[in-house]
Amino acid sequence: MNSLLPWCSLLLPLVSAIAITLFTLRSRALSSFISIGAVLGSFVCSCLIFTRQGISAREFNWIDFVGVFRVPFGFVLDNLSKTMLVLVSGVGSLIHIYSLGYMRDDEGKSRYFAALSLFMFAMLGIVLSNNFVMLFIFWELVGFTSYVLIGHWFERDAAADAAKKAFITTRIGDFGFMLGILMVWAATGSVVFAEIAPRLSILTSHPAFLTTAALLIFCGAVGKSAQFPLHVWLPDAMEGPTPVSALIHAATMVAAGVYMLVRVGFIIQASQAALLVIAWIGTITAMLAALIATQQNDIKRILAYSTLSQLGYMVMAVGLASNEAAMFHLFTHAFFKALLFLAAGSVIVMLHHEQNIWKMGGLSRNLPITFLTFGAGALALIGCPPFSGFFSKDAILAVAYERNMPIFVVGLLTAFLTAFYVIRLFVVVFFGKARSEIARKSNESPAVMTGPLIALAFLATLGGFAFFARNFLVLPVEKNIALFVPALAIIALVLGSGLAITLYHNRKSERFDIELFRRLFYFNEFYSWLINWTQEFLARISAFCDRWIIDAGVVRGTSGGTWGIGALLRLVQGGNLQAYLFLFGLGIVTLIYFAVFH
Amino acid sequence: MVTLGDYLIVSGILFVVGFAGVMLRRNLIIILMSLELMLNAANLSLVAFSRFRVQPTGLPDYNAQVFVFFIITVAAAEVAVGLAIIVALYRARQTTDVNDIKSLRF
Repeated sequence: MNSLLPWCSLLLPLVSAIAITLFTLRSRALSSFISIGAVLGSFVCSCLIFTRQGISAREFNWIDFVGVFRVPFGFVLDNLSKTMLVLVSGVGSLIHIYSLGYMRDDEGKSRYFAALSLFMFAMLGIVLSNNFVMLFIFWELVGFTSYVLIGHWFERDAAADAAKKAFITTRIGDFGFMLGILMVWAATGSVVFAEIAPRLSILTSHPAFLTTAALLIFCGAVGKSAQFPLHVWLPDAMEGPTPVSALIHAATMVAAGVYMLVRVGFIIQASQAALLVIAWIGTITAMLAALIATQQNDIKRILAYSTLSQLGYMVMAVGLASNEAAMFHLFTHAFFKALLFLAAGSVIVMLHHEQNIWKMGGLSRNLPITFLTFGAGALALIGCPPFSGFFSKDAILAVAYERNMPIFVVGLLTAFLTAFYVIRLFVVVFFGKARSEIARKSNESPAVMTGPLIALAFLATLGGFAFFARNFLVLPVEKNIALFVPALAIIALVLGSGLAITLYHNRKSERFDIELFRRLFYFNEFYSWLINWTQEFLARISAFCDRWIIDAGVVRGTSGGTWGIGALLRLVQGGNLQAYLFLFGLGIVTLIYFAVFH
Repeated sequence: MVTLGDYLIVSGILFVVGFAGVMLRRNLIIILMSLELMLNAANLSLVAFSRFRVQPTGLPDYNAQVFVFFIITVAAAEVAVGLAIIVALYRARQTTDVNDIKSLRF
C-alpha cells in the first residue's frame, strides 16, 4: 500500500526549518509555533504509519549509474523503523513543547527552533533510510545540527569549543563509517540494505575483509554514540541548552549509532570477532562512564556520563548479538533519560542556571512535580523493579549472563555504580537542607515545562511492561535464568543505593576526592597532548619544507641562478663593436653549417 | 676565356677584403665602406651567375640581375642611414673611432 505518510513525516520538519530560516526569524513566537506544529504533525503521521500494516512509500532513484552504482531515495518501514519513528517524533514533540518554557526569553529562539526542526528532519531521515548513502548523509546532517545546537550560546567560549569538539570527534568516527560503507559497496556492489542481505555470502567468504568492514561501520557508531575512546565530546556537549541535551544527546541522536548497528546487524553478526570487539567496547564505556560519574558535581554532566554508560549497555547488547535487548533498552532509555534531562533543566532554570549539585539541596519541597518526575526517571535509570529501566537492563544482563560471563560481571558492577551515583545525585539535589539562597527561594516550573515531564514520567514508568512494550518491540525472550539475574541486579541496586544514601545523606560537600575519576581518566589531557604533539610534528615538517625546500631551494635558487648566469653573460658584453661582429659572423657560419651539412 | 670561376674568385677576394676591413679597421666610415665592398662582392657573383646561366632561348637568366638591383637600392638606403648616424655620432662625440664608442658596455 503506497502512502504519502512517510514523506509527510519526514518533510514537515524540513519545511518548518526552511520557513523559519527564510521568513519568521524576526518573530520568535511564530517560529516556535511553526516548529512545534511541524513536529506534532510529524508525530501524528508517525503514529498513523505505526498502526498500518504493510505500508510503503514511493521511492525514486536519486543517483543511478546503470549497473554500477544506484542510490534510491527510499524508506524502510519495518517494525524497527516504525518504533524509532514514533519514539523520535514523540520524544521530540514533548521536548519541543518543553523548549517553549525553557527558551522563553532567549534572544535566538527562532534560530533554536529552526535548528531543532532541522534536527528532527535529519533524525527521521536516519530512521527511514533504506540505504547506506542516504543514511550517511542524514547522519552527517544530524552531526551538523548537533553542532549548531550545542553552540547555540556561541558567545560563550565553552559552548563554541564544545560544539567544535563534538563535530570534530564524531567526524573521526564518521570517516571510518564511510570507509566501511565503501568496503561493503566494493564487495557487494550495492548500498541498499535489502540488496546487500542476499549477497552477504560474498562477504562471509572473506572473514578478515568482513571483520574490517564491520568494525569500520562500528566506528561511525563509536563517534555518534560516544563510545570509548571517542566518548569525550558528549559530556562537553552539555554546554548546549538542556532540552537539546535531552533530545539530541540523550534520547535520539546518540541512540542513532545503536539504531544503525541494529539496522546493519545482519552484516555485523556475520563476524564473531567484530561482535566481540563491539561488546567489549560497550562494556568498557559503560564501566568507565559510571566510574567518572561518581565524582562529578555538575547535574547535567552526571546525567551525561550516565547516558554514556547506558549507551555502553546498548552497544554491549549489540555486541552480544541481541538486537532486541539493545532496542528495548534504547526505547526505555529514551523516555527516562529525556525525562531526567528535562527535570534537571527544570531545576536549572528555577535556580537561575546553577548546575552545581552542592549549591542545591532540599528541592523536594519547592519543586514537588520536578522532584517526583525526576525520581521516576532516576529509579528507571538504576533499574528499580516496576520502572522501565529494570526490564531492559535486565534483558541485557540476562543475555550477557548467557553468552559472556566476564561481560556480565562488569555489567553487574556497572549497575551497582549506576545506582550509587544516581542516588547520590538524587539525595544531594532533593533532600537535606538547601545549601544556597537561590535553592531556598526556588519554586515550581510553569505548566508548559511540567506537562512534558509528567507525560515522560508515565512513559518511563510504563515503558518496560510487556503489555506496553510488546506493541512496539520484539521483546527478548528470557529463559530459565529469569529469576537469578534480576535477583543479582536488584542486590547490586540495593547495595549501590544504600551506600549512596548512607554516605551522602545530609552532607554539605563531597566525601571523597578520587583524582583519576574527577579528571575523567585524563582523557582530555591525553587527547590534547596527542593533538599538540601531532600538530607540533606536522609544523616541524612543514617548517623544514618551507625553510629548506621553498625558501632555500625554489626562491633563493631561482634568484641566485639568475644572478649567476647574468654575471657570466656580463663578460660577453665587452663593448667592442668588432668583437660583436665577429661573433655574429661566427654564428651565421655555424647556422649555415648546421643548415646545409646536417 | 674568362670563366665563372674567375668571377667568383674576384668576388671572393672582394668579400674577404671587405670583411677584413670591417673586422680590423677602427674608423666607422672605413667600416661602412668595407661593408659596401662586401655587398658589391655579392652583387658581382650574382651578375656572373646570371651571365653564365643561359636559357634555351639564348638569353641570360635575368632573375639574378633583378636581385642585384634590389641589393643596390637597399645598399644606397643603408649608406644614407648609416652615414647620417655616423654624422650624428661625430657631432655628439667628436670621434668616429669604434674603440671610443663603448658607453653601452657594462
